[in-house]
Amino acid sequence: MINKFCQSAALAVADIFDGATVMIGGFGEAGSPIELIHALIDQGAKNLTVVNNNTGSGQVGLAALIANGQVSKMICSFPRTANSTVFPDLYRAGKIELELVPQGTLAERIRASGAGIPAFYTPTSVGTPLAEGKEVRHFDGRDYVMETGLKADFALIKAKQADRYGNLTYNKTARNFAPIMAMAAKTTIVQANACVEAGDIDPESVITPGIFVNRIVSIDTPMQESLLVQEGRVYP
Amino acid sequence: MKGELNVSQSIIGWSRDQMAQRAALDIPDGAYVNLGIGIPEKVARYVPEGREFIYHTENGLLGMGPEPELTELDPDLINAGKKPVTAIAGAAYFHHGDSFSMIRGQHIDVCVLGAMQVAQNGDLANWSTGAKDAIPAVGGAMDLVAGVKTIFVITQHTTKTGESKLIEACHYPLTGQGVVSRIYTDLAVIQVTSRGFELIELAPGVDFDYVAKRTGAHLWDGR
Repeated sequence: MINKFCQSAALAVADIFDGATVMIGGFGEAGSPIELIHALIDQGAKNLTVVNNNTGSGQVGLAALIANGQVSKMICSFPRTANSTVFPDLYRAGKIELELVPQGTLAERIRASGAGIPAFYTPTSVGTPLAEGKEVRHFDGRDYVMETGLKADFALIKAKQADRYGNLTYNKTARNFAPIMAMAAKTTIVQANACVEAGDIDPESVITPGIFVNRIVSIDTPMQESLLVQEGRVYP
Repeated sequence: MKGELNVSQSIIGWSRDQMAQRAALDIPDGAYVNLGIGIPEKVARYVPEGREFIYHTENGLLGMGPEPELTELDPDLINAGKKPVTAIAGAAYFHHGDSFSMIRGQHIDVCVLGAMQVAQNGDLANWSTGAKDAIPAVGGAMDLVAGVKTIFVITQHTTKTGESKLIEACHYPLTGQGVVSRIYTDLAVIQVTSRGFELIELAPGVDFDYVAKRTGAHLWDGR
């Protein structure tokens, strides 16, 4: 019987290995799988390459994972946000690598690899520093930059509902990168606000079909990153 | 905004709100619109009578409504500036792949952005000064200028130190090449044409020479 429910966040992230590429869902705090990230901090895997739109804020969640010295490289579009000091400090000190990618190119690189497409051409970034060293080709009177698909060993994402097959729904703009990251990772680990019976999610309303999902942890009352930051909380 | 004290407002010319209001006049009814952070956000307050715009926010919402009441704040419902927003009746949520397909696939009609520099050939620089100690951050700006059909810029005509933001060639790193159609400043509305900057309209109390003197490239009078 297929059952992707996993007993704990600790078990779900246990096999994340040193040097892995980990995609982490979320746009700011919306959709950030904070309990899974904290489980990864407890687990201790090092030298990770992390793909996220940002670099976390305060001293919890993604920022705490970086502060804990587990991340050697960030691939993101916007590494500084309000209350974000961990990454900027390490970056200025030369202690963490940054691959800056335009947000849409980041999304498309993730989507493409999930669809088996190794590279594609886009007009985004033509003539800018972010296109330097990349192949440029001319189609229908316009220049396009070649970008490569972005794969991951693991994806950590947050969903609203999940069933045992891994079918998922999301909450509002917390969806952001999760569906495409689920497609691009070898192993997709989900924290869901509600674990429901198969059939409870109308098949017409499934956003991520279960084939893209491997493990689900039930976190019915997830922490809210901005509140933790406001309170000055530090993880661990 | 009523009663707002705006210290950066010029002594003459348009206020930030008036710049946004003027830009809104040029957006057609039924347009799908993406508004950048800062003054561009104010455009939503000045939708001309009888028109309807649908706002896209690239983190995954079409049909973005105004700021919520404090009691209705939802950390899962935010805009691209990570501020809380609402969704109108008839809104749609989607993931980043779809959201940026709307942008990159040329489905969004108008994008209104801020600028550090605009060149007379329409080049835009608005993401980095290229300073060595700066943390580079680009977000969706390069996707928007490459993919949206019409790019409007709202910006003060000059920097705080008095240098023109409208110049012959950008020296900051580019966001996109030849992408800007029209610029709304505190002093004027300026079209980017094949011959360069062309004045369309002056702000009240401002004359052509005043604007030309504060423009770092040749300014044609297109009136």
